[in-house]
Amino acid sequence: MPLVKDGKITKDLLVHVPDGAELPGDGAILVTAARFLEDPEALLKRAGKVGVIWPNNRDLDDLVPHLDRLAAVALVFPSFRDGRAYSQARLLRERHGYDGELRATGQVLRDQFVFMLRAGFDTFEVKKDSDAEAFASTAKRYSVFYQPTGDGRLTALHRRMQLRHSESAGQ
Amino acid sequence: MYAYDELDRTLINERVSEFRDQVKRRLSGELTEDEFKMLRLQNGVYLQLHAYMFRVAIPYGTLSSKQMRAFARVARKYDRGYGHFTTRQNIQFNWIKLAELPDALADLAEVGIHAMQTSGNNMRNVTSDQWAGVAPGEVEDPRIWSEILRQHTTLHPEFSFLPRKFKIAITASEHDRAAIKIHDIGLRLLKNADGETGFEVLVGGGLGRTPFIGKTIKPFVHGRDILSYVEAILRVYNQYGRRDNIYKARIKILVHELGIEKFAKEVEEEWKQMSDGALTLDYSVVEEVRSRFSYPAYEKLPHMPDELKQAAHDPLFERWRKNSVFPHKVQGYSIVTLSLKPVGGPPGDATADQMDAVADLADRYSFGEIRVGHEQNLCLPHVAKRDLPQLWKALERIGLATPNVNLVTDIIACPGLDYCSLANARSIPIAQELTRRFANHDTADLIGRLHINISGCINACGHHHVGHIGILGVEKNGDEFYQITIGGRADEGAQMGTLIGPAVPYAEVADVIEDIVEAYLALRDRPEELFVDTVKRLGVEPFKERVYATR
Repeated sequence: MPLVKDGKITKDLLVHVPDGAELPGDGAILVTAARFLEDPEALLKRAGKVGVIWPNNRDLDDLVPHLDRLAAVALVFPSFRDGRAYSQARLLRERHGYDGELRATGQVLRDQFVFMLRAGFDTFEVKKDSDAEAFASTAKRYSVFYQPTGDGRLTALHRRMQLRHSESAGQ
Repeated sequence: MYAYDELDRTLINERVSEFRDQVKRRLSGELTEDEFKMLRLQNGVYLQLHAYMFRVAIPYGTLSSKQMRAFARVARKYDRGYGHFTTRQNIQFNWIKLAELPDALADLAEVGIHAMQTSGNNMRNVTSDQWAGVAPGEVEDPRIWSEILRQHTTLHPEFSFLPRKFKIAITASEHDRAAIKIHDIGLRLLKNADGETGFEVLVGGGLGRTPFIGKTIKPFVHGRDILSYVEAILRVYNQYGRRDNIYKARIKILVHELGIEKFAKEVEEEWKQMSDGALTLDYSVVEEVRSRFSYPAYEKLPHMPDELKQAAHDPLFERWRKNSVFPHKVQGYSIVTLSLKPVGGPPGDATADQMDAVADLADRYSFGEIRVGHEQNLCLPHVAKRDLPQLWKALERIGLATPNVNLVTDIIACPGLDYCSLANARSIPIAQELTRRFANHDTADLIGRLHINISGCINACGHHHVGHIGILGVEKNGDEFYQITIGGRADEGAQMGTLIGPAVPYAEVADVIEDIVEAYLALRDRPEELFVDTVKRLGVEPFKERVYATR
């Protein structure tokens, strides 16, 4: 499965460690929320970065205290129709100030890229090669946005207000 | 009218090219039907019994004559020469080819029309009162807020994959013509003691197989907070709405299961954390949107022009005027409803020729503006009273002057088994038969206001629960049967109708309705007592007796 990070197909530096499997001695790992919460301190003290896969039906409260020590948070789309992780992503970025890697996993398809970017995702485990290859062009599909999110893109409303101000300043 | 600017136009065009790419990938097999299904639904494309159906949004029911002509062109070029106006201020085309859909969308985009989110599990077309901006006594024009919400809900990055569809309606009049109590969120615009604009917010209304009347979640949300408050409701719903069972996924079930107090508390907690954020609407922002709505330059005209006095001698004109012409907030003007319910016709259908003709009449008599209401009729919102006789003649010629607005033949019906893959029974032929039974206008006038709503299945697209008489098609051993309810209503006093007894077969439905109406005529205590009030006073028993005594 190709990984897209910061707009480019790239090698995944995080090793998925399934529940029950032995942890590698060092190196960056990605573990489930259940495994992480068993003993967060032990995992965070270990040599190597830690990322956590957080399920979309669990409140973020148990994750929030650890955010500044995590290398990545992976949110899950069990199906692309299940949009709960969009809310989690925005809350992590906009309410809890998380600025590390925010990864979309599960059924991640081309036609959700723009929504995911706007919600704050920056890394994508893309289901299909062709979708990963089309990432850069797909991300540019839209130039106009109506909602303010934490992604910094200016909304249509803001652009209109700016235009108004510059027009009135020029008079 | 709201004028799109370059940004609105750019977004619509970007959506068209995205959809063109999606269709291309589907046709080449790159996308599976399962993957494509959600994408096409997000753009109003259903697969029906015979063909793809294409649903196009008419935000808050306001259309320009230019836009109406574009509908006519699409109906001719890509469909079979007609379109169907729905109960949620949309128009549907029933015979579109998938490969041609992107072109149809592009044609509509040229006049600022789109099909975004007219289906799928996202925020649907924001609807409002078809008399918005012209109704006497209105608090203020609710379309400014409808447009703010339309923009905010369009391609929303957080709420495009909700547990289920989500519908918002807004009214600003005491008499609710937007049916806000049967919407996921209903907004009633009002002023607080300081004269500031805000909304009573209702949540959890809806029909379908588990109907609920919306409950007030907050009696007053200030206008500047409306986006953040709606966002808080949606965030709670997106996270906690049920996704395990499609029939329990609407917000009404979440509100019902949690109880309105607990749900309100969850929303309040979420809202407190975001109420001072980027969604707060400054006065200047609201005014920016308001400034892009244009209003007609009304003339100073007499209340009773000579043309109207003379025409009053024609009883046919008078009958139409009394039925279809309504008071306007500006003296000398009227609001005119155009009935899309001709005797024997499918409710809500208009031919391409009729659409073009209505566009011409709007240019001539209504400042180029047309409205669409949830009762599936059209409306010319600014007609000078002196023009009414001429307009009437023109409407007669194109078959849009049937004087049956709000009467027994002004029926709401879903497409039913003639088109829809979900339906259990036919709706349109029942409606057509009823319009023939009650074709005599004197009889219909005598009966007075009576709304019949017909749905071909439990999904309730024909709003049968809230019809004064509701007719619901069900399937019994392969045959079409119909359950009859009475006493429902969709306005400010919204309530569900009561079932009168066992379902009746297709062939008997019209007889049963005639029996119910005859019973009402015998039972009402005076001619002004409406059907729905007689049912309220007496309950369903006397009607039930009348219907089932001989069956």
